[in-house]
Amino acid sequence: MQRLLLLGDEAIAQGAIDAGISGMYAYPGTPSTEIMEYIQASPEGKSGRIECRWSSNEKTAVETALGMSYCGKRAMAAMKHVGLNVAADAFINSAITGVNGGLIIVAADDPSMHSSQNEQDSRFYGKFAHVPVYEPRNQQEAYDMVFDAFELSEKYSLPVLMRIPTRLAHSRSGVVKRRQIPEKKFRLPDDSRRFILMPAIARKRFKILLENYEKLQFDNRLTKYNTFKDGPDRSLGIIACGIAVNYLMENFSDDELPYPLLSVSTYPFSKDIIKDITGRCREILVLEEGYPLVEEQLRGILDEGRRIYGRMDGTIPRDGELNPDIVASALGIKAGKGHTVPEIVKSRPPSFCKGCGHADMFNAIVEAIKPYGIQGVFSDIGCYTLAALPPYSCINSCVDMGASVTMAIGAADAGLFPSIAVIGDSTFTHSGMPGLLDAVAKNSPVTIIIADNLTTGMTGGQESNATGRLQSICTGIGVAPEHVRTIVPLRRNHEENVRIMREEFEYRGPSVVIATRECIQAGARRRKSEKSEKQKNNEE
Amino acid sequence: MKKDIIIAGVGGQGILSIAATIGLAAVEKNMFLKQSEVHGMSQRGGDVVSHLRISDKPIHSDLIPYGTSDLIISVEPMEALRHLPWLAPGGWIVTNSNPYVNISDYPPVDEIIKNIKKVKNSIIVDADSIAADCGSIKAANMVILGAASPFMGIPLENLEDALKKMFSKKGEQIVEINLKAFRSGRKIAEVQ
Ligand SMILES: Cc1ncc(C[n+]2csc(CCOP(=O)(O)OP(=O)(O)O)c2C)c(N)n1
Repeated sequence: MQRLLLLGDEAIAQGAIDAGISGMYAYPGTPSTEIMEYIQASPEGKSGRIECRWSSNEKTAVETALGMSYCGKRAMAAMKHVGLNVAADAFINSAITGVNGGLIIVAADDPSMHSSQNEQDSRFYGKFAHVPVYEPRNQQEAYDMVFDAFELSEKYSLPVLMRIPTRLAHSRSGVVKRRQIPEKKFRLPDDSRRFILMPAIARKRFKILLENYEKLQFDNRLTKYNTFKDGPDRSLGIIACGIAVNYLMENFSDDELPYPLLSVSTYPFSKDIIKDITGRCREILVLEEGYPLVEEQLRGILDEGRRIYGRMDGTIPRDGELNPDIVASALGIKAGKGHTVPEIVKSRPPSFCKGCGHADMFNAIVEAIKPYGIQGVFSDIGCYTLAALPPYSCINSCVDMGASVTMAIGAADAGLFPSIAVIGDSTFTHSGMPGLLDAVAKNSPVTIIIADNLTTGMTGGQESNATGRLQSICTGIGVAPEHVRTIVPLRRNHEENVRIMREEFEYRGPSVVIATRECIQAGARRRKSEKSEKQKNNEE
Repeated sequence: MKKDIIIAGVGGQGILSIAATIGLAAVEKNMFLKQSEVHGMSQRGGDVVSHLRISDKPIHSDLIPYGTSDLIISVEPMEALRHLPWLAPGGWIVTNSNPYVNISDYPPVDEIIKNIKKVKNSIIVDADSIAADCGSIKAANMVILGAASPFMGIPLENLEDALKKMFSKKGEQIVEINLKAFRSGRKIAEVQ
């Protein structure tokens, strides 16, 4: 019996490897990034047995995975929760086409927004798309569920959604491994017309999807993960979803929970399992790591007068992640009390690394915009968002990937001058390119500054598909070559960089300034690996 | 046997190597373990924390409840204080005395030390100097681990074996430096 010490993310990755996937597709995003990184570092990933290069964004990742599945092979796509918004079109329509080889989409949710712009609950996407959802409670389950999810996916010809919250994604525990299944053979779908979603076909396919969605709730691959345990005290019944059950049980020594408990970790589930609780208890506490999905269904619009406690009545805070103490206080258990934090303890906001090129770039931007009396520039998501903080305080927005470019266009339409966007290299190739095409098509007077640190920095330095291609992408999209400028953000180039930026602000059409300088963290890692490569070669 | 340990510091100070060493030792002893880590945003000069739980029975929560942690291990003094709400009555603090100053309003160090000493069971170690004496200031985290080692219910030899395994890829010299750092830390805890 082999027991590996794995993060929740890594458990999913190892599960995917052992379940015989042929392709892994992802765009980085906390807390999902380690799934792809683990596969890339695995023997199967390194040898190329599993295709595992980063995709340009989550939509391309899901579509590529669907293409792999079309050919009969198992594939997985992974992303952070907001990535599923980007991939939503592909995800929802792949439920209608159905799959051929097993397909799992992993969405890593970030309740409490540890490193995200919202805390949306991906389980709703499952319901919206009529796709089954697995929500593992622990690392072992994260591993095991992958096998069932692939089988389920192939049996019903449906993509399957797996949802993992930050706390499980980034927590390590022992996982018992199974023997590896060989990868599936190349086999095209018997009926390839179902992938053509013309209305006549789509209508038929949607009916099939609706039928399957009803049927699969009784499939053992889902039902076995929803467990009921009776308890002597029927004054309260508890429904706990996903990892919430861990926080609940933490409050009872030796697993002696007095109340009847339904622990749910797959969706959709049949109404019958709810009856185990509602048949016994008048009052029900619902614990969910995320939005009140089950709670809302339970309450319904016609409230039948049963007492239901949860996020919607304030028993549990309406937002933010759960923990053992929140659950304790919902149950009226006195939480443990530690010492208070002395007032002298200060927070440590994240900041640019020492020597980061973004800092020099923003110094130039701050000076370049000064004469215009504008508040700042539109920006996007990445390390460069830190310019929202002093001493720069020069960005006005960070909404969703790519929004800087398009918001700048809209603001220019409204009369803002100069209208400027600052976007990272990876964010630009993720979602900024179509916006730039909009600017070109209408000759919008905007300046797009691409903060090119040659990597996807914020998420830990993954390869960026933009590297070495920005110049040709921008001119290819149609920006006049003389208005695609390249600068090196260094202090000694400050005057020149300010001048170049101002020249482009003054140009009454779309212009791009590419500020290229390697991320210092990525540079340090590169030098280190080059050194160890060299050492290895010398030894040989 | 059950130990709940908070490991704190600033991104890049090596708290994950501390956690990994304890984790490895616990797994070798066939104990159950859960260890939550901080990834992402907080790596950029922000504070980082790991909740490490080891037990001879299955563990439920990945997070430690308030007021129940047996031990806070911190590679930075102000970070030791940040996690006081988790410390159990009678729990231990083992911390480095050397501040990591990357903010302009960092409090006076003697104020911090005074507050740490208010906790009855605290050990404050100049881990940077000791590590430097052992051969590399980078081993400061292993000095702290050594000083915390009597309080985590894992036999010394298991921890040392885990440490050797952890650093073995980096060569014999690195193993020696870190082992020496670990033992120096342990000695300090023993005379307290
Ligand atoms: C849709 C979506 N996918 C992924 C992320 C996670 N994410 C935030 S910043 C970032 C990296 C940005 O890289 P880049 O634009 O090159 O900027 P850098 O951090 O390197 O400065 C990623 C992947 C996100 N916030 N939203």
